[in-house]
Amino acid sequence: MKLFPQAQCLICHEMIQPEMGWKAIFSVEKELILCSTCERKFEMIEGEQCKLCSRPFQFLDERFRHGEICHDCKRWEEDDDWKGYLDSNHSIYLYNDFFKEVMAAFKFRGDYVLALIFAEKIKDYYTKIQPDLVVPIPLSNERLYERGFNQAAALLIESGLTPNISLTRIHSEKQSKKSRSERIHIPQVFEVVEQIELIGKHILLVDDIYTTGSTLRHAAKLLKESGAKRVQSLTLAR
Amino acid sequence: MRFLIRDNCITPLKDNKNSLPISQIRTIPQPALNPDYAYNPNLQKLLTGKQLLLEDLPYSIKEIQEHYENGYITYRSGIKYKRNQPSCSRCGNKEENWFAHFPCARCGELCVYCRKCLMMGRISACTPLLGWNGPAPEHHLPETILEWKGQLSLGQQTASNRVVETVQNMSELLVWAVCGAGKTEVLFAGIESALAAKKRVCIATPRTDVVLELTPRLKAAFPGISVASLYGGSEDRHLYAPLTIATTHQLMRFYHAFDTIILDEVDAFPYTAEESLQYAAIQARKLESAMIYLTATPNEKWQRECRTGRRAFTTIPARFHRHPLPMPGFKWCGNWQKQLKKEKLPAIILTWIKDRLENKKQALLFFPHIALMEKALPILRTLVPEIEAVHAEDSDRKDKVQKMRNKKIPLLLTTTILERGVTFPNIDVAVVGAEDDIFTESALVQIAGRAGRSKDFPNGVVTFFHYGKTEAMLKARRQIHTMNQEGVRKGLIDE
Repeated sequence: MKLFPQAQCLICHEMIQPEMGWKAIFSVEKELILCSTCERKFEMIEGEQCKLCSRPFQFLDERFRHGEICHDCKRWEEDDDWKGYLDSNHSIYLYNDFFKEVMAAFKFRGDYVLALIFAEKIKDYYTKIQPDLVVPIPLSNERLYERGFNQAAALLIESGLTPNISLTRIHSEKQSKKSRSERIHIPQVFEVVEQIELIGKHILLVDDIYTTGSTLRHAAKLLKESGAKRVQSLTLAR
Repeated sequence: MRFLIRDNCITPLKDNKNSLPISQIRTIPQPALNPDYAYNPNLQKLLTGKQLLLEDLPYSIKEIQEHYENGYITYRSGIKYKRNQPSCSRCGNKEENWFAHFPCARCGELCVYCRKCLMMGRISACTPLLGWNGPAPEHHLPETILEWKGQLSLGQQTASNRVVETVQNMSELLVWAVCGAGKTEVLFAGIESALAAKKRVCIATPRTDVVLELTPRLKAAFPGISVASLYGGSEDRHLYAPLTIATTHQLMRFYHAFDTIILDEVDAFPYTAEESLQYAAIQARKLESAMIYLTATPNEKWQRECRTGRRAFTTIPARFHRHPLPMPGFKWCGNWQKQLKKEKLPAIILTWIKDRLENKKQALLFFPHIALMEKALPILRTLVPEIEAVHAEDSDRKDKVQKMRNKKIPLLLTTTILERGVTFPNIDVAVVGAEDDIFTESALVQIAGRAGRSKDFPNGVVTFFHYGKTEAMLKARRQIHTMNQEGVRKGLIDE
């Protein structure tokens, strides 16, 4: 065992030079996980954004903005089959090249420990909204075995939260081979295991990335139909 | 995954009862080889001399298990424990901070995994490494193995004979050949003799560029032999060949595979910096095998071992064209970094550059750091706008090197990225800030070795501009001088 283990950046593996200053001396010591170079490569979503899905308006053409919500959300909410199920989504980071790389290492190469990078932010948001249950988007059994872990559950566990497993996946993720209409006509991708638990609950769904929002909406719809009162989602990036 | 242990064999199982992750099985039983079993010859080709993950193979666990039960496949644990400390069987990593763990869906336990070689597919405490235990595939030899018709120089011939000897005796040898000695040709006879004895040969080098350059040359020299060319993302990944050319990284997928390994540029990054690559080279050799190290610039430890007789070596002290290596000149240039901050270059360096530009002599100018080089570029471009700069992350690197070859660039600024491997026929070379730590003895010898490469232009000027001489500069000059002296003494230099 090393007496004075030096902190290594989880992403680039360089030694972390702790920043010196009064703040560092007097504040409670925080475990160093990232070097400042890597830390800076993450871009937070800031400024004006869609009230429903966190989409930043900064880079968005005015045509795709309708007041406080974006065009995509407007379309979802105009659809009787989907409106009102997902109360809101919060995303932390912009889906930039750096984030893409980190996510590839985490999810596809299976570097589980990278979940720690996001723990503080996830915990902060959890504390802010205080849901009754946190539910990770599930993987199919085949995919779970292949990866060894569910990335959304990993994010929760490493943030010190207990993932609720009342949701399972009944269809495999490999939907890309199916035609669009086949995909739309699949009534549900997910299934609820323990319905009683959900009634009247405020639920936070967790996934790594918000792309079209359809996965989250499928889950939210099912949860609401099973009695949930409020369903929000937290995704690392969009 | 988990394995059930029974009747001198282990069976993969999804159930947690009575089963263990492979790293917790003390001795993994190996069933005896069943000579009557009809093994899959494609699996044999894929797995001979390898150590692969289940995910690397396009075969079902059922078929693989059947081969294991008939003695044709071996299971080794991907992670091994010694006094509760994990080590990675594939890359040799033992450092605590390069391991992490996760609640594993495959074995249902908190599973330790190696972060060092994660890029090649995750190895965790429940991951089996697969190997081949059956006969090796047969390969048929052409009538003539070596088709190369060139002539070796006297210096090359001496080294070539030693290489052949080493291949036959299964021993070790360092070939210390100056830059431009023609070391690839020195290997041909040794490779031929190994192939003729049905031995498997591998040439490994730290750099992908070198793999790409060597492959066509070896294919041309050994046209009847199949050659596997391996680097990150190459197509030959699953090709079984008697002759393999690979980056040292790729050796991690091999286990007791080769009868002869030739390690090129052993002193180059990242081989020297990464213990895992050195581990991989040792893992890839058979227990009885020959190892030939090739370099122009062995490190100090190796040099000392050579001098004191503790390391078998042979030198090629002179270039194939029988001219001496250009000796570097030292020129003090003052605090050049301070000058650069004021957008200026020391006059002595500017004069050197202007001379080259006027006489239309191409030149390479080495800088210790990218930032400083980029500061110098606009200053020099006021002289001639075609001047360019390259570094490791430059996406136009190949393009610029090609333009330099085509004489479209009069002066190329570079970091140490071009210190080895590239040949421009007629250039002068200078180092700006030769006192920097990045310019080790090896780096400086390699840089000096860029000049005077072709037999039509065997002379080139090499100048180290410095702000205080370093030990490395002196040692580099001494090394070049010693080689030239030895070349004259052995009658390999004409002057």
